[in-house]
Amino acid sequence: MSTRLATGGRLIDRSRLQSFTFNGARMTGFAGDTLASALLANDRMMLGRSFKYHRPRGLVASGAEEPNALVGLGHGARFEPNQRATTTELFDGAQMISQNHWPSLEYDIGAVNQAFARFLPAGFYYKMFLFPRVFWKHVYEPFVRQSAGLGKAPDAETRDADTYEHFYAYTDVLVIGGGVAGLQAALAAGRTGARVLLIEQTPHWGGRAPVDGGEVADQPVDDFVNQCVADLEAMPNVTLRTRCMGAGVYDHGYVLGYERISDHAPGMDGPRHRLWRIRARQVVTATGAIERPLSFAGNDVPGVMLASGLRDYVVNWGVSAGDRTVVVTNNDDAYRTAIALRHAGLEVPVILDARAAGGGALADAARELGIRVENGKGIARVTGSKRVTGVAICAQAGEGAVLEEVPCDAVAMSGGWSPVVHLWSHCGGKLTWDEGSAMFRPDADRAPTGHDGAPFVTACGAANGEFDLAAILKDAHAAGQAAARATGHKPGRKAAPKAQAGEEAPLEPVWLMPQGAGIKLRMKAWLDYQNDVKVSDVQLAAREGYESVEHTKRYTTLGMATDQGKLSNINGLAILSDALGQPIPQTGTTTFRPPYTPISFGAIAGEARGPLFQPIRRTPIHDWHEAQGAYMEPVGQWQRPYCFPQPGESHDDAVAREIRATRDSLGLLDASTLGKLIVKGPDAGRFMDMMYTNMMSTLAVGKCRYGLMCSENGFLMDDGVVARLSDDTWLCHTTTGGAERVHAHMEEFLQTEWWDWQVYVVNVTEQYAQFGVVGPNARKVLEKLGGVDVSKEALAFMQWTEGTLAGVDSRIFRISFSGELSYEIAVPASMGRAFWDRLLTAGKEYGVTPYGTEALHVMRAEKGFIMIGDETDGTVIPQDLGLNWAISKKKDDYIGKRAQARSHMVDPDRWKLVGLETLDGSVLPDGAYAVGEGVNANGQRVVQGRVTSTYHSPTLDRGIAMGLVLHGPDRMGEVLEFPRLDGSVVQARLVDQVWYDKDGDKQNV
Amino acid sequence: MRRYSAFAIAREALRYHAGWEKAWASPEPRRKYDVVIVGAGGHGLATAFYLGRNFGITNVAVIEKGWLGGGNTGRNTTIIRSNYLQDPSAAIYEKSRSLYETMSQDLNYNVMYSPRGVMMLAQTQAEVRGYLRTAQANTLQGVTTRFIDPPEVKKLVPIINLDGPRYPVLGALWQDRAGTARHDAVAWGYARACSDMGMDIIQQCEVTAVRREGGRVVGVDTSRGAIDCDKLGIVVAGNSGVMAERAGFRLPIDSVALQALVSEPIKPCMDVVVMANTVHGYMSQSDKGEMVIGGGADGYNNYTQRGSFHHIEETVRALVETFPMVSRLKMLRQWGGIVDMTGDRSPILSKTPVEGVFINCGWGTGGFKATPGSGWAMAELMAKGHSPLAEAYTLDRFREGRFIDESVAAGVAH
Amino acid sequence: MLILHCPYCGVMADETELHGGGEAHLTRHGPGSSDEEFHDYLFAKENPRGVHFERWRHVNGCGKWFHAARDTATLEVFGTYSAQTTEPPQAIRDAITARRPGWTWRHLAGSAK
Repeated sequence: MSTRLATGGRLIDRSRLQSFTFNGARMTGFAGDTLASALLANDRMMLGRSFKYHRPRGLVASGAEEPNALVGLGHGARFEPNQRATTTELFDGAQMISQNHWPSLEYDIGAVNQAFARFLPAGFYYKMFLFPRVFWKHVYEPFVRQSAGLGKAPDAETRDADTYEHFYAYTDVLVIGGGVAGLQAALAAGRTGARVLLIEQTPHWGGRAPVDGGEVADQPVDDFVNQCVADLEAMPNVTLRTRCMGAGVYDHGYVLGYERISDHAPGMDGPRHRLWRIRARQVVTATGAIERPLSFAGNDVPGVMLASGLRDYVVNWGVSAGDRTVVVTNNDDAYRTAIALRHAGLEVPVILDARAAGGGALADAARELGIRVENGKGIARVTGSKRVTGVAICAQAGEGAVLEEVPCDAVAMSGGWSPVVHLWSHCGGKLTWDEGSAMFRPDADRAPTGHDGAPFVTACGAANGEFDLAAILKDAHAAGQAAARATGHKPGRKAAPKAQAGEEAPLEPVWLMPQGAGIKLRMKAWLDYQNDVKVSDVQLAAREGYESVEHTKRYTTLGMATDQGKLSNINGLAILSDALGQPIPQTGTTTFRPPYTPISFGAIAGEARGPLFQPIRRTPIHDWHEAQGAYMEPVGQWQRPYCFPQPGESHDDAVAREIRATRDSLGLLDASTLGKLIVKGPDAGRFMDMMYTNMMSTLAVGKCRYGLMCSENGFLMDDGVVARLSDDTWLCHTTTGGAERVHAHMEEFLQTEWWDWQVYVVNVTEQYAQFGVVGPNARKVLEKLGGVDVSKEALAFMQWTEGTLAGVDSRIFRISFSGELSYEIAVPASMGRAFWDRLLTAGKEYGVTPYGTEALHVMRAEKGFIMIGDETDGTVIPQDLGLNWAISKKKDDYIGKRAQARSHMVDPDRWKLVGLETLDGSVLPDGAYAVGEGVNANGQRVVQGRVTSTYHSPTLDRGIAMGLVLHGPDRMGEVLEFPRLDGSVVQARLVDQVWYDKDGDKQNV
Repeated sequence: MRRYSAFAIAREALRYHAGWEKAWASPEPRRKYDVVIVGAGGHGLATAFYLGRNFGITNVAVIEKGWLGGGNTGRNTTIIRSNYLQDPSAAIYEKSRSLYETMSQDLNYNVMYSPRGVMMLAQTQAEVRGYLRTAQANTLQGVTTRFIDPPEVKKLVPIINLDGPRYPVLGALWQDRAGTARHDAVAWGYARACSDMGMDIIQQCEVTAVRREGGRVVGVDTSRGAIDCDKLGIVVAGNSGVMAERAGFRLPIDSVALQALVSEPIKPCMDVVVMANTVHGYMSQSDKGEMVIGGGADGYNNYTQRGSFHHIEETVRALVETFPMVSRLKMLRQWGGIVDMTGDRSPILSKTPVEGVFINCGWGTGGFKATPGSGWAMAELMAKGHSPLAEAYTLDRFREGRFIDESVAAGVAH
Repeated sequence: MLILHCPYCGVMADETELHGGGEAHLTRHGPGSSDEEFHDYLFAKENPRGVHFERWRHVNGCGKWFHAARDTATLEVFGTYSAQTTEPPQAIRDAITARRPGWTWRHLAGSAK
């Protein structure tokens, strides 16, 4: 059984008990435990079930590479599935549940899949479930989906109780990984005066060196680590962060850091996670290495663990995985585990060293402790199902004939080490195969390159394939200095500290154990524990022609589980290479993609949630609108009132009331969102003529003109009233959503095409509040406010004036989008609300009625005015809309003119704008099409027009619409058929689109 | 070709699966083919498949510089839908969708087409009108869609937040026969079927030049020698401009990175595909349980298959806002693909200035869903010289100003 | 996540401050141009895998357009320069030649090594 040892555990504080539950059972651990060490201390070896066969799964590792120990953690608004137990710190009150089983971890119905494992090889689903067709959706897929997934989904209505935040950091040198290599690299860089940021994913400095032991500069590694940290903390140019993982390396030195601030203390003040967006001029990856499992039958039985992991639990947390541990290895490092176990008073019945020649000094040390060592031996199979009960020993060189059975309750395996090259590789760093150590390591000659084309990532220490303590420190020191030098800082002469170097015998690659294992053993030799991919699966993929490493990965799902193949990838591609009869480097690796380990969506989203999701632009009247209970709609980044419903009133009724009040007496519109651009300069007139289809240079000062703006492709992109403010100044109104786009459009041409023209453009949209004062009593209310002569004579239609109206500096445009007598008044934004209040007060006697965007739309439609976004959709040109009158014939050029001369643009068969009058007075459906005869070559119903705007007109008390129709203006009076979605048909007659006051008597008073 | 079935698996299981044959052959290139297709992605393989299936043209080589299905076919978010606005788009995407319905049986390879339904959220009044228009158009195009109200949205997607303070859900365009499929399987299934028809799929072979005589194609030079052909189809999304240059013409295409990501797998919680174009994000749940997520494309030319993280950030932000319960899920993996963006964001399926050379490109963010329809139309175009499905998608349309613009309804997402 | 040097305000600007504007050094063709010229102006793209000249705007910064010479396969930036020029300056071309001897782009070319 696994248990807490009476002594030991360098990371735990035995004086601080932490209680927690696992599947409801109460347990205790110590401060400093991980979830995994605490569970193991409570004899919880089996922690979950695998994805496909629902095999029992136990702890394999002690760190980020752990594929099995995933739990559901927390509850309610803090529940989180798939929490990796090895990288999450224990806290008091932690609630864990195991995953992927029903009804319970011990008795899982899904485990029946094990019995059929033989019928469920890699990719079986591609060959099955083919007949009958309808069964896939109704029978097979629901079955597949129900067996999908690992962790429980949070409840549908869960609202995360925690907050998240983003940090920006800029640094000369970023060192990722706080083991001895990272610390030494940071010191070497920091001493040059370079700005250094050192981040470490665990809560502890030093990595695994303190577990492995050794001496640096004649002191124990632990002391060296402490000294390094103290030295670094004393440097003002160095920043240190633990619990902060280097998640991804992106182009041009952009690096993501993922800091888990309160995962170890849920509910504490402040954010739970912090996403660091780091710009580093140089990155040093000191990310260590990951031990590889060995592929033997039964290597997935709970109790079979990585040798290093087993050692970590003993040394760091004082936890033994078992009483009797068999060690199996192809390298010297695993002997350290045997020695550590023996020092902890645990039994090691035998060390199986697959190498015929055996190990070096460490092997001798093990023998001196009385441990039996068998060279050239391996494991034929593991016995036990939910827990290891023993191993059968065989010759590594053979086919698995059992020489001896040894009872044990744990197996420590080591297949060698793979440098963590993920962060090196994310941004294009290449790898090279190191034959001696049987591993891919960073190829320093093909490093990721930055904006200047120079390398910006350096790997060091174990991440660079160095495993000897002395070599690690030397490598890290050089890396830190080189990185600092690359940022213009000069390293001193201080050399790397000396460490004691231990001689180790060379590793021998062992990709399959025993070497000649037959199919029955290979079908029990796991590569990917979580996804249930076995040696036989990879061999099957190769046999079926899935020869690329990417094909094999995708066909077998090798390395696609939540550990992203940290344990399985190298072993898998070695098996694949062997099956293909080619060297491993020729097979290559799959692509390493960020993040290194999964990071929370909450952290990625950061603060941008709820009201802060996107910025909201507010007019000076926004608060007033909300206070009135306006129904708001998003328009661009603005929120605008759609209508102002009174208590008990529907939106439709509110819109109708607003329109009637406006047409009968007085309406008010907050038009502040309209874009306002000032175009000024000696060449402004010329520029305006290029921007608009109209002739704007001839517009007289004091006058207004409706203008159209096209893209270079000829399509109508925006419209609005232009006023000439002075000899060299024009004010351009744009649509609400269009101000920034039009401004950018103008700047683009000014800066990149006609840069010799003297013109300035300024966006003054937010500098002004602007109000429509609309209706037969509009003039009266302005006269009542007083200060400016707004009489017909002084201010004719399509003119503007300025003065002090109601005591406020105002610019008054006599323009109309409703067909009524109408003024638009612009005042400084800071006076907007005050002016609005004065309008309301003065308008009271006329029953002043604020109206929203929908009333605006209906009234403009009653007048037959087009609306950008309704009559236009990015495919419409002004000529389609009968707006030829707004296109100057005198100008040689304007933006879009050449495009409008192309054959399709001058095609007489383009659909043109008309009014549509339903015969029964009903409202045409939104977006309805007019059908023609028959179907086209693709069997689609022939259409000859479509509705662009359709409303119920309260003024006319009938449906009114506009649409684009084939030869429309030539077919007035014809009746077209518009199918409804329910299959019925509405008939509508082509009419003039101006429904209201065609002669303009109302607006021209 | 030995057929796949549950019985075949049972039979093979008894001999430990030692008897499976290769899904496709890996032959040495021959000197001459009637047709050479450059690009063994989904579209290229589908083109070859329908050349054989519909027109009996089987003396075909499909040449691939990397491994088959290794481009955008294996990098997309697997969404299949045909609720497009413009007639040419609806025609080809609906043809494609209908071919997906029977693809597993047609290819004897389970591509796991899952018509679970695709929902496109309307979150502004403009979007409501746009999707109502699309629903109207779809009815006449023979595409079954409908506009649904917020309660029905909630019923179909219990994890959605209808009342986002910024963009409330006002309704959605719903296509219930749209869905997803297993992307790799589409390429593998076509490859197996093409190989079975005697076509040569030649991987690890780069086309370095297009040989022409008198304005007409006569063959290609490759990293494995010269190959003659009468007709050449260029179907190399993400690399179209480079191949066009080798054939001597330019394209209205920019190559940009498009990114996607998946979460860790969780038990099923969302049965349909949801696209939210106003906030720039979409999400579905794979049969493995991962939430599959995509968003907008980068704004600069890029061939690195890596993108900029701020797009991931924007997408995730949109989804946390739309589906608040995902906040505590974790991003497992992100990746990028290179997509062709044309002048009107619609594809090109066309003859080219070089006689005998046909090009299929420009699918932007929508290529996977079009795979079988695109192959069908391309095969017809190459075999007969014209195809009703491809008719609108000529290279000439940019000269004529005859755009096929889906921006009204399509927004960013696919 | 690119960073580009804005030649106007002098900062190394993060991609989030910038807006990509597509291919650079286009010659505008207006009325009177042929269909071919107008088509090429708007649609014929170099879109090379390698050295490329493009336009950017420091939109969340000084607001200025500028040009960049960049490698689309490695994302290396050879230099940025004024938008008010019809051809890349010699210094930029030399910088590219130093890194990519024999480069070509439209009618432009750098000498081979």
